[in-house]
Amino acid sequence: MNYRALLRHETFLAVLLAIVLVVLAWQSDRFFTVANLLNQGRLMTEIGLIAIAMTFVIATGGIDLSVGSILGLVAILLGVFWQNVGLPLPLAIVAAIAAGTLAGLFNGLIITRFKVPPLIATLATLALYRGLAEGISQARSVRGYPEWFYVLGQGEVLGIPTQLWILLIGALIASIILAYTRWGRTVYAIGSNEVASRFSGLQVEKTKIALYMASGFAASVAAVIFVSRVSTTRSDMGTGIELDAITAVVLGGTSIFGGRGTVLGTFIGLCLIQALKNGLSLAGVKGDGTIMLIGAVLILAILISNVFERSGSR
Amino acid sequence: MMSEAVAQPARRLRRQNFAQRLFAEYGQELVVLAAIAVLFVVVTLVNPRFVNPNNLVTIFSGNAYIAVAAIGMAMVIMTGNIDVSVGALIGVLATIAGTLAVSGYPIWVALVAPMFVGMAINAVIGVLVAYARIPAIVVTLGALSILRGGLISVTGGTWITDLPPDFLIAQKRFLSVPVPLLFMIVLTVLAFLWMRYTAFGRSIYAIGGNREAAVATGIPVERRLVTVFAIHGAFAGIAAILFATQLQVIQSTVPPNLELTIITATVIGGVSILGGSGTVIGSTLATILFATIGSALIFVNVSAYWLRAVIGLLILATVLADMWRRHGRNGAAA
Repeated sequence: MNYRALLRHETFLAVLLAIVLVVLAWQSDRFFTVANLLNQGRLMTEIGLIAIAMTFVIATGGIDLSVGSILGLVAILLGVFWQNVGLPLPLAIVAAIAAGTLAGLFNGLIITRFKVPPLIATLATLALYRGLAEGISQARSVRGYPEWFYVLGQGEVLGIPTQLWILLIGALIASIILAYTRWGRTVYAIGSNEVASRFSGLQVEKTKIALYMASGFAASVAAVIFVSRVSTTRSDMGTGIELDAITAVVLGGTSIFGGRGTVLGTFIGLCLIQALKNGLSLAGVKGDGTIMLIGAVLILAILISNVFERSGSR
Repeated sequence: MMSEAVAQPARRLRRQNFAQRLFAEYGQELVVLAAIAVLFVVVTLVNPRFVNPNNLVTIFSGNAYIAVAAIGMAMVIMTGNIDVSVGALIGVLATIAGTLAVSGYPIWVALVAPMFVGMAINAVIGVLVAYARIPAIVVTLGALSILRGGLISVTGGTWITDLPPDFLIAQKRFLSVPVPLLFMIVLTVLAFLWMRYTAFGRSIYAIGGNREAAVATGIPVERRLVTVFAIHGAFAGIAAILFATQLQVIQSTVPPNLELTIITATVIGGVSILGGSGTVIGSTLATILFATIGSALIFVNVSAYWLRAVIGLLILATVLADMWRRHGRNGAAA
């Protein structure tokens, strides 16, 4: 029954997405073009990568508010490692991503070892990591990367934006892990009943630490793509991206209390948000009006899906 | 002589009990208070100008609106809910107040309207949380987008200027006490007493502590939740007035991450994110702690760029100290 409830939410979302696409295509002839759609894919990759990792975190009943700050910190570190420390760029990328993953590990350790609720732990590290980014950067930005680096954020592979490949492959691997592996089932088990999972011999702590590391890793990869896309580093990069990612995850049907959610749902939620943002701006609605509509869609989608679910389960 | 020998251990026992009770009941408040005291002593030793009355007034009254908003947030979090939209709400309410003030309405209307609008908006949020059973974080995440987007599309990012002087109450003094400070202290004390000694106030703790038990006791949980959200909206309205009237202009933006600052102050002050415990005295003390940290770092010559990193580190230290204290107590009880 739980499985059928899941299916219903995603079906409902997909229908909603289809309606939105049709309406937007009818509103503006510039919307439903290959070039525009691919460009939108480019724009949603950073939030997308973070949202996929966030799906796992929220499915265990946790949350990670520090991802935006990790993104900013990694972007700054990338510039510093390359320009100030003098590492070759590929090595600087690896080192910066490793640092971001460590930041995620630190979150995981605070949450599991010290038993700090995830909301508070990541609220504290949100302030800490952003502060580190500001302190290290001293408001300087790093520009002038070699040409090949821009392929990541501005180039194409086989006619499709490079980062969209990363997002699609990441989403595919993540959905297989979550749906079909023992490890993925552990995620749901922890989210449904953490105490029972522990008594069943599941490695609750290790799984959680790994998830917060994965979340840090995803934010780090997003940071590198972000820097490549906008050609510069700034310490305020990624501010507020955590709320966008959480919106996509929740819209995609992942229960904020844990135990339920799929990568596919998150992906559809992402597409829906991006389509609304883009389509409405083409139709002449200002960006602020779009933000309002996304807020309304979030509340209504959960409201409607709640109503369906309750009538279905009784 | 004999009575003294008997009385002494008894007195010591009683004193210990009192200290233990105080620590058990107000542990986090005491930790925050101690942190403020240590900070004051250290910074004053480094730079005596820190305790200059002018500086102290600036620190406390400039941040009083955060403390006022944190009172309402504390109530919401105590019921086991959360509100991430309050920063955007304060921005909207400040703009409403300013617009009313410059378009010729009586000053008192401009000052009172934000409270009622805040109550109305948050009552809707409360209904969605309590009756439609949508998790508070989802509802308020949506409300955050709606309010923030609405604010910018209505104002177009323009500032409100030419505010009438009578409107700027945050810059006034009452009995030589700055008005924001007065609001912060009076509202904190009133809210603390209300939550501790009235049936409604106790029911907030009951709902957060164990919702099913609260229902079984006959507490109208849904109605109470809507009321708590509405009260939180009223506090946001007062905070908006204090925020809007502290400068000569009203910008259409609030400090970034204002809602996270308010939530952090509440939580560091000892309100459990799981609901059911904490006091508003703690949240106000935590706001004072943040304000003190921010100002102290400037006085000990920490580079402005490192300010937020140090604040983040101190927040983390406070959180870990709190966890260590709680586990220590659990260990002693077990």
